[in-house]
Amino acid sequence: MTALHEAPVDLTTHLTAADIENLGAELDAIRDEVLASRGERDAAYIRKVIDAQRKLELTSRGILLFSLFPPAWIAGTVGLSVSKIIENMEIGHNVMHGQWDWMRDPKIHSTTWEWDNASPAELWKHSHNELHHTYTNVLGKDNDLGYGIMRVSEDQRWTPLYLVQPLSNAVNAVFFQYGIAFYDLQIGKYLKGRVDKDDFKARGKKVLAKIRRHATRDYLLHPLLSGPSALTTLTANATANVVRNLWTHSVIMCGHFPEGVQTFAKSSIEGETRGEWYLRQMLGSANISGSRAMHFMTGNLSYQIEHHLFPDLPSNHYQEIAPKVEAVFERYGLTYTTGPLPKQVASAWKKIFRLSLPDNFLNSASN
Amino acid sequence: MTTTAPRTNSTATLRQRMLTFAERFTTPLVPSDYLDVIDPLRSGAALRGRIVAIHPETRDAVTLVIKPGRGWHGHVPGQYIRIGVDVDGVRQWRAYSLTSTTDRPDDCISITVKAIPDGTVSNYLVRRVTVGTVVQLDQAAGEFTLGTPAPAKLLFVTAGSGITPVMGMLRNMRRGGASDVVVVHSAPTAADVIFGDELRMLAAQGLIKLVEIHTDTDGMLDAGGLGDLVDDLAERHTLACGPVGLLDALETIWAAAGLADHLYTERFRPTVVATGDGGAVSFSATGITADNDGTQSLLDTGEAAGVLMPSGCRMGICFGCVAPLRQGAVRDLRTGAVTTAAEGDGVVIQTCVSAAAGPCDVEL
Repeated sequence: MTALHEAPVDLTTHLTAADIENLGAELDAIRDEVLASRGERDAAYIRKVIDAQRKLELTSRGILLFSLFPPAWIAGTVGLSVSKIIENMEIGHNVMHGQWDWMRDPKIHSTTWEWDNASPAELWKHSHNELHHTYTNVLGKDNDLGYGIMRVSEDQRWTPLYLVQPLSNAVNAVFFQYGIAFYDLQIGKYLKGRVDKDDFKARGKKVLAKIRRHATRDYLLHPLLSGPSALTTLTANATANVVRNLWTHSVIMCGHFPEGVQTFAKSSIEGETRGEWYLRQMLGSANISGSRAMHFMTGNLSYQIEHHLFPDLPSNHYQEIAPKVEAVFERYGLTYTTGPLPKQVASAWKKIFRLSLPDNFLNSASN
Repeated sequence: MTTTAPRTNSTATLRQRMLTFAERFTTPLVPSDYLDVIDPLRSGAALRGRIVAIHPETRDAVTLVIKPGRGWHGHVPGQYIRIGVDVDGVRQWRAYSLTSTTDRPDDCISITVKAIPDGTVSNYLVRRVTVGTVVQLDQAAGEFTLGTPAPAKLLFVTAGSGITPVMGMLRNMRRGGASDVVVVHSAPTAADVIFGDELRMLAAQGLIKLVEIHTDTDGMLDAGGLGDLVDDLAERHTLACGPVGLLDALETIWAAAGLADHLYTERFRPTVVATGDGGAVSFSATGITADNDGTQSLLDTGEAAGVLMPSGCRMGICFGCVAPLRQGAVRDLRTGAVTTAAEGDGVVIQTCVSAAAGPCDVEL
C-alpha cells in the first residue's frame, strides 16, 4: 500500500493554530471589503456580458445560415464557440454559484438559471457547489479529483486500469459536457450500488431529455433552418461544441491538477475550522496567469484560488482582490501556485501521464 | 357570436404551438430572452417601462413620466402600480399611485414620488434615477377609485404624498365636468404641497374647494375638527389617504357618526400593532433556513438570507409578495392575527406583513 502523502502537512507545519485563524480573519476582511463595494457597477457588468453574449450567439447563428460559404463557416463557428464558452463559464458557472443572487433579479439567479451544457443546472449545482466546493481535493470526498476515473494523486492506490488514463482524459476533453453530465449523475456510485435506483433513473431521464433537446437544436433544427447549408451548419455547431469542451476541460484541469496542488486525507477535514477550510482551498487550487481577455474567457476561473476562497463573490472582483490574496500567501509563507495557460496545461497532463504508472516506476526503471 | 370564441382559441393554440416550437431553437433559454436584448418594451414582453421625463414637484418630490411597454392595459384614476427598480444593483419593488390622466396622447403614465427619510427606493427615484432608465412594471391595481358613476359630493382628506392618488382622480375628473369637490390637504408648508400650484389653480377656477393646512404654522390636521372646515361632512363621500394616525382617527370618528360606509381610506404603510414570538423560517424551495425575531417581516428575513422573494408595496396592499405557507404559524404585523397552516392546507400569506409566530415553512 502506498504510504500517505505527507506533503500538505509539511507545507503548513510552520503555521500555528493561531496563525491559521489569523489567516482566516485576513481573508474574511478581503471578503467583507468586496461585499461592501458590491453594487451598480457589478450589476451593469453582468448585464452587459449577458447582453453581449446573446447578441454574439444570434449573430453567429445568423451567419451560419450561409455556412456553405467558407468565410461564413469560419466566422460563424468562431463566434458560436466564443459565445458558448462565455455562456458556460463567465455567465452560467458563476450565476449558478449564486454570485449574482444579491441582485434579486429573477432572470439572473442561481435558482432559475439553466445553461447550454448537457448537465442540468440542478444536478450540476449539487455535485459542483455542494460536493466539490465543500470537499475540495479531499480524497474519496471530492469527485472532481480525477472525476472518479483518473488517478491525480500519489495517495490514490495505483491499479493497471489507470494505465489508460491519458487516453480517457483526452476522450473526456472532447466530450467534456457529456462527461460532466454523467459524472453529475454519479454513475460510478450507482454501479457500486450506493445510489437509490429510482432516484438515479429519474435523474438520468432529466439528463437524457436535456441532451436530446440540445442535440435537436444544434444538430437538427438549426441545420434544417440553414437550407442548402444544413450540413455545414451541423459541422459548425459540432465544432463549436467541441471547441468549448476542449477549452473548458483545459481550464478546469488547470484549477486543481497541476504540480504543486495539494490533496488531503479524509481524516484531515474532521472538525476543520474556518481558517483551516480557507487553508485547504489555498493549497488545493492553482491559478492561470495571462491577459484580461484570457481571464474573461475562463470565466475568471483562472483566479481559481480566489474563486475557491470566495465562490459566491462576483467573478469580476477576483482580479482586483488577487494581489491582496497573494500577499496573504506570502505573509504566511505559502506558495501561490500560478503560471501561464500552456505551462499549467502541460503540468496537469504531465501529472496524468506520470500517475498512470505505478509510483517510482520511472525511477526504478532507470536504477 | 358563436364563431368568435373557437377562433380566438385556435389562434391562441396556434400561437402557443409556435412559441413551443421556437423554444426548441433557443433552449435552454426562451425566445423572449433573445427578444428582450433587442426590444425590452415590445408587446408580449414582461411588462416594463422607460422613464421619459422627470419633473421636480417640491424639494423632495418628483413626477416620473414613464412610457409603458405595449402590454400595458391602462388604469382607473386612483389606482397604483408596482414598479421594480435596481438600486445599487439590487432589484427593489414598490407601489406608487398613478397621477397621470388616462387619455394622454403619448400613452405615457406618471407616478409622483416623495423621498422619505432612509427610503431606499424613494430617494433613488427622487434624486438619482435618470431619463432613459428601464423599470419593471406591473399592471395597475387598487380599489381606491371613485367608481361609476362618481359620487356627486366628494371630500378628499390627504396629507403629504397622500395627495398623489387624489391628484390622479382630480386630473381625470376635470375632463368629466366634475361635481362638488372639497380637498382638505395637509403639508408642513405651502412650498411642501405637492401639486400646490395646480391645486390652487383648480380652486381659483372654482372646480374644487381647497383647504390647505400647513402644519409648521397651523399645527396638525385635526380629524375631529373637519366638521368646522367642511359643513356638510355627512353628505359627502369621503376618500382619505395619508399617515396611519390620521386614517385611524378618521375611521373612528366616521364609525361613531354611523358614516363608516361613506369613508374609504388608502394606507401607505402597515400599522404594526402586534409582534409575535418569532421562530425559524424555512424557505423550503430554496433550502434556506433563517431566524425571524417576530418583529421583522418574513419578506425582510428572506431577502436578507438570499432567498428570491417576490415583493411589491411592502405594506400589505398589493399582494405582490404572497407565498404558500406550507406549515407553521405566522402573525399579521398589522392586526396581530395568527394564521396557522398544516401541509396540504393551501394557505397563502403576504410575506411583507407577516412575521413568524413559531417555526414555519414558506414555499419559496
